Amino acid sequence: MLRARFSKTGDAIWMSHLDLMRVLQRSFRRAGLLLAHSHGYTPHPNLSLALPLSVGVSSTCEIMDFELEEGQDAADLAARLNRVLPAGVEIAEVYEGEMKVKHLKWLRIALTMEYDKGVPAGAAEAIEALFGRDELLFEKKTKSGAVVTQNILEMMKELSMTQPDENTLRLACLISAQEPALNPARIPEAIDLELPELAPDFSSVTRIEALTEDGTVFR
Amino acid sequence: MTEKLQRILPKVQKPARYVGGEYNAVVKNKDEVEVRVAFCFPDLYELGMSNLGFRILYGVMNGMPGVWCERVFAPWGDMEQAMRDNEIPLFALESRDPVKDFDMIAFSLGYEMSYTNVLNMLLLAGVPLHAGEREGLRNIVFAGGTCAYNPEPLADFIDFFSLGEGEELTVEIVELYRKAKRENWSKHEFLLAVSRLEGIYVPSFYEHTYNPDGTIAAITPLYGAPETVTKRIIEDLDSAYYPAKTIIPNTEIVHDRTNLEVMRGCIRGCRFCQAGFCYRPVRKRSAKVLCEQAREALEDSGNHEITMSSLSTSDYRELEPLMDELLDYTIPKKINLSVPSLRADNFSRELMLKLQKVRKSGLTFAPEAGTQRLRDAINKNVTEEEILTTCATAFSGGWNNVKLYFMLGLPTETDEDVAGIAELVYKVIKTWRANAVNKKRGLRVHVSTAYFVPKPFTPFQWEKQDTPEEYTRKQKLLKSMMLSKSVEYNWHAPDLSRLEAVLARGDRRLCAVLEEAVRRGCRLDGWDEYFSYQTWLDVFADLGIDPDFYTTRGYGDDEIFPWQTISVGVRREFFRRERERAYQGLTTPDCRTQCSACGADRLLKEVDCDA
Repeated sequence: MLRARFSKTGDAIWMSHLDLMRVLQRSFRRAGLLLAHSHGYTPHPNLSLALPLSVGVSSTCEIMDFELEEGQDAADLAARLNRVLPAGVEIAEVYEGEMKVKHLKWLRIALTMEYDKGVPAGAAEAIEALFGRDELLFEKKTKSGAVVTQNILEMMKELSMTQPDENTLRLACLISAQEPALNPARIPEAIDLELPELAPDFSSVTRIEALTEDGTVFR
Repeated sequence: MTEKLQRILPKVQKPARYVGGEYNAVVKNKDEVEVRVAFCFPDLYELGMSNLGFRILYGVMNGMPGVWCERVFAPWGDMEQAMRDNEIPLFALESRDPVKDFDMIAFSLGYEMSYTNVLNMLLLAGVPLHAGEREGLRNIVFAGGTCAYNPEPLADFIDFFSLGEGEELTVEIVELYRKAKRENWSKHEFLLAVSRLEGIYVPSFYEHTYNPDGTIAAITPLYGAPETVTKRIIEDLDSAYYPAKTIIPNTEIVHDRTNLEVMRGCIRGCRFCQAGFCYRPVRKRSAKVLCEQAREALEDSGNHEITMSSLSTSDYRELEPLMDELLDYTIPKKINLSVPSLRADNFSRELMLKLQKVRKSGLTFAPEAGTQRLRDAINKNVTEEEILTTCATAFSGGWNNVKLYFMLGLPTETDEDVAGIAELVYKVIKTWRANAVNKKRGLRVHVSTAYFVPKPFTPFQWEKQDTPEEYTRKQKLLKSMMLSKSVEYNWHAPDLSRLEAVLARGDRRLCAVLEEAVRRGCRLDGWDEYFSYQTWLDVFADLGIDPDFYTTRGYGDDEIFPWQTISVGVRREFFRRERERAYQGLTTPDCRTQCSACGADRLLKEVDCDA
């Protein structure tokens, strides 16, 4: 199984997970590469993305696993794919994937909050304190339709706040990647709900790094 | 700070359709560009990007040095609202510059019910709606496409129409504009010059006067504009531009595949079909050129599906050798080859088996009418036997799914013809029982009926449309006869088709209706989520315009049509003759069997009609 680490930034962030799958499948063909296909009534190319990325979230640490049809020339894959990928999707490296995707446990993310009239005084401290509480409960609908209550703080750690400029606050932290997965959109939602006076005019999320349980970088 | 557009994108559905940046999108250096064209498709991105004509002209214009053509689509309602709330004017995808900054604004018109989108897009762009209000050479608005053959309902808004196939004419238009811009012509000077190009219709150069009964009394050309404007065609498709290198969307579109255009025109002459007459004469691409184009387009796009399109692909003479060669290429690469619009009569078992090698596509027939009598009247030369034989072949080959398309409200239709639809469906079910290899899966027959819309440039251009009440009565009658569990019957409410009929044969008095409808919020009429029939009815009532004048009235034998100035190459006399034959229940053989002297071959100088 080959693995590619890639980024999805700029306007490419507006592609959905399924859009990206289609784009990647086409890009292999454009690069003159044929993916191995499943056998069955409607054969599917053997390509999977480790963790779906929400529309609007950028990332520099996406992982895709794939298998090429036998006899395909696998040299120089990253460069060949990058030549034919749309703007904003870029392969950093292609290698033989050894770690199992199920061991991808944490994601380092950053939430950028923009305040058009300047960051309110004490905002960084108040937000830090909000996420320093014991619990922040959110209701979540499961696939079966049942509603469960989640304490999102159990799925966040190593939180830090910085202020890159007078209009911007940046919250960095690790969030649980899967089982359970924390939708990073919950973080700005929590601020909007709990600290409405500190709600930013605009916020965006970026995935920075994928980590295993013990904090090793996932490759 | 993040710009306004990026801030609204997270709040709208499918934002990828508003940002451009796709593979093969053309970005030019503005400093080296003399003429900028905002090429607008008056519907959503997913539809516009599925349109081969739109892709062709995008490629043609961007192939011109110093010309930059960019795409503009209608936003969905959520995006439109967000744009209005944030004062973001309509912009082009490639540069994101506002449409109002472009030299030329071009529209592709494929569907009458997108007219409100044309107006709404001009409003969203902040461009004055009326052609007369736009002064100077900035924002010259022109339009082409199938609907441009009767462009009258848009006459007040569009500076000129480009008729027919645009590969050559569009270049002539843009070159002329470049010259006008360099030499600083007035808009009138430009319109005069462009009106002299063959295939250009400048509506403001024609005065329409009316009789007391509302029919047209006279059409008078002004400023030496031609009496008749004849559409343009490309004679030799092998040398015509084909967009082998074309934009590959980042999001799913309606027709997400490589589209080979095997021929233009149709030999069949179905009497209701506007495309069948408007795209004449018949011209083909050679199999050799098509194979090259297929390879090039598949390699460049990375598509895993390719289709052979035309109005009637099974009439393409070299279909079998073309398919054989394409399949040799596509099968090892796991590319799916599909062939839409195959006819029942020559749909051979062999052909079906070939297609099945890659993937089973659907089995679709459009008998259009339920009885042989009515099929003869509309010249849909397909027999019940052909349909059932093809179904038998398909069912024994493992197919379990059939789609059947019909129309209600066709000229001369009786209740017997309506009942004939149910009988034909029943026979299809019986054929399945007799031939199916795997009955466990069951059979699905999807039947759908449309409400017949008489169109200009067809033998039925004079015909009355059924009243909505009559259509609904027939539709309910048919519903009561469809009892099998295997049948899924879909029909449309008559509202949309009634309006389509109004606009299809409408005159320029409808401009006011369109404008008022848009002012009251009508747009995206082709979408159930937005279509508001009542608003339209209110506008007609308030403006004192009777929709029935254009629908159930029918047009007099010698009445001057609103589209009288325009010619698609087919003689009016031919349409008249075909109409008579319909009443007599006489079919007209296809053009290959016998030329019916429609007149379209006169458009050809270098090659013969390939019928």
